[in-house]
Amino acid sequence: MSAAPQKAKAGAEKIAVTVSAVVPLNDLVTRFEFKRTDGAEFPPFSAGAHTVVEMQDGDRTRLNPYSLMSDPADRSIYAISVRRDDQGRGGSLFMHQKVKVGDAMTLTYPVNLFSLDLRAKKHVFFAGGIGITPFKAMIAQLEQSNGNWELHYACRTPALGTYADELTNAYPNKVHVYYDDQNQVIPLEDLLDGQPLGTHVYVCGPTGMIDWVHATAAAHGWPSENVHSEEFLAPQPGKPFEVRLCQSDITIQVGEHESLLEAMERCGVDAPFLCRGGACGQCETDVVEAEGDFVHRDHWLDDEDHASGKKIMPCVSRFVGKTLVLDR
Amino acid sequence: MTIQFNNETFRDDYSFRNSDWAIKRFPFPFHEDSYMYSVNMEQHRGGPEGSVYEKRFDVDEHYLSEMQDRAIVLAEDPLRCQSLPHMTLAGWDTLELIMVSKSEDYPELFELHRDGNRWRWVNKPMKIDHTFTFLDETTLPCGPLEYITRQTQGDFAVLDQRDEMLWMDAGMVTTQADWSLDFDIGMNFFEWHAPVPLAHEMGIFKRALKFLLNVQQGAPARRLNWTMTVNPLLDTSPENYHKWGIQKTTLTPENIGAKQHLRVELQTFFRLPRSNALLFPIRCYLIAFQDIVTVPKWGRRLHRVVRDLPEELATYKGFIANRPVMLDYLSQYDDGLPTSPGVWPDLETEPPLAK
Ligand code: HEM
Ligand code: FES
Repeated sequence: MSAAPQKAKAGAEKIAVTVSAVVPLNDLVTRFEFKRTDGAEFPPFSAGAHTVVEMQDGDRTRLNPYSLMSDPADRSIYAISVRRDDQGRGGSLFMHQKVKVGDAMTLTYPVNLFSLDLRAKKHVFFAGGIGITPFKAMIAQLEQSNGNWELHYACRTPALGTYADELTNAYPNKVHVYYDDQNQVIPLEDLLDGQPLGTHVYVCGPTGMIDWVHATAAAHGWPSENVHSEEFLAPQPGKPFEVRLCQSDITIQVGEHESLLEAMERCGVDAPFLCRGGACGQCETDVVEAEGDFVHRDHWLDDEDHASGKKIMPCVSRFVGKTLVLDR
Repeated sequence: MTIQFNNETFRDDYSFRNSDWAIKRFPFPFHEDSYMYSVNMEQHRGGPEGSVYEKRFDVDEHYLSEMQDRAIVLAEDPLRCQSLPHMTLAGWDTLELIMVSKSEDYPELFELHRDGNRWRWVNKPMKIDHTFTFLDETTLPCGPLEYITRQTQGDFAVLDQRDEMLWMDAGMVTTQADWSLDFDIGMNFFEWHAPVPLAHEMGIFKRALKFLLNVQQGAPARRLNWTMTVNPLLDTSPENYHKWGIQKTTLTPENIGAKQHLRVELQTFFRLPRSNALLFPIRCYLIAFQDIVTVPKWGRRLHRVVRDLPEELATYKGFIANRPVMLDYLSQYDDGLPTSPGVWPDLETEPPLAK
């Protein structure tokens, strides 16, 4: 404590916005554009940043992170592209089915957990499917600062190649698209071998692709600092469980389709968070007592922490067992 | 209120003085009668009216003189301002943050007029009226970080954030408490903190780093740090230790009230939007012992803190040799009465010295 202690509110600062455009891009992906409701400019952001979109779905508040994919130099709009996930917990379905031009929504200030390494002599991007979105902003930023980049983009089919044509037309020599249905595969080993010293690699896509790029780069002698990835983990459904929160002095039930963090919020507990995707560390919570098994799904705690049973990241992780008491 | 800028020096004849206004708003760093390192971070979103915490970048009566002192230091040693090549964008971020904040917080002193990337910056106290192109270095007389920090009180470390770590890759450092940018440049958070005693073992730096990596755009944070300085010197750098270190031996019971200064750093943390770097302004406030003891609560408390401070900290902060003479002086202002919690002077409610 120093001078004028103030209670910190959980999450990043918020911005009230109005949906200014809803643009279906293909069968699965739709772009949403937002203007600030107060008419002011948006804060500048760094490419790779995401925003957490607050959705008012009946009496339920959903909070989902999406990469900002608009040009960071354009402060008049923020844009995200959302892939419909029919098996998911409903956030993307809500966006696709309910959100219309003119709707009022709330975004958080940008948070960047996937930033460009500005020391890089060259940036090589590997995108899989909807993982293209942060690279849209990165490409815009690097084009303005004469950065050296190339993109390798794997999509299922030409019809589902979100932004593939647009990017190929704008940067024919830098963009390479690979279609699964034509049996095209990113020639990862060759690409990793041929890069100049000081190149950084970035990957965003399905877990398998991220692991593949990390493992191949490591096998080819790349330092781990030169390989960057981002994967948002959606909280997975799971069996309901009961948690005792000793600071708040309440016992709560975590439902099948909500995360532990969401359950705490529903019960009025102001728990800290930022990314809601297991990456930022903000929601880290101490375990006071546990009898059962943790289902750790975060990228924040190390293996030792996971094994210790002393910490949990409530935004993505769950618990199966008899008793769980948390210091919250 | 309008600020009367002092004409004063932080070297040679040491004409630096605090007005009554500056004494009352001094950021006294002790909220209780003892002190130990802690992860003492809080949000930096305003504070009581008139306090140094109110504005994003506090401007006070020492502004013009501090800027003159910085210019002297830079003329002698240009390496006090450095920026590795990849930090230029963070320099522009810094310039933007300070220009926007100061023009909004002090409209009578600073103006910023923006037409796309064509910006006109008016700094009335320093008589600057300059039009330039944002993000185009050729339109400024020097790099963006140097340009704006020659016009802003306090030191600045600019930290690049990579691999879950902060790296000191740029800065403007002319008013520091015995550390060197030229030495620390390119180091990471644990490396540049290596000389600090006890805090590593207490786990403070590990937790502080986790916090800093998560400081977000639009949600700045702050903390206080403090040390002791003999004579109101802004530039207590290792580079010039031969000039100021020796002055520590000149303290006597007669001159200590005027010569011995408590040095407080208001440290703030801002996430920079375009570069994702972290800006760490370190604003130094000096106050003579004889001015502190005009606030009875602060006199009582300072005596107790200095008396009970662990030896490692007094050694690291460089006043272990002078602690006895400090305590002789300060004990005159400690009557043993209890003190109210918190840092504020509480002049109306705290009893006068009963001694
Ligand atoms: C990124 C921002 C920061 C920078 C650039 C920074 C820089 C420094 C430097 C250069 C020193 C002097 C080390 C020496 O003796 O050479 C120092 C000291 C210290 N720092 Fe930091 N620091 C930062 C953040 C923090 C935070 C968040 C804490 C929180 C606890 C902290 C705690 C300390 C402490 C306790 C000392 C010793 C100060 C004393 O006793 O006078 N620092 N810091
Ligand atoms: S909120 Fe970021 S890790 Fe849980």
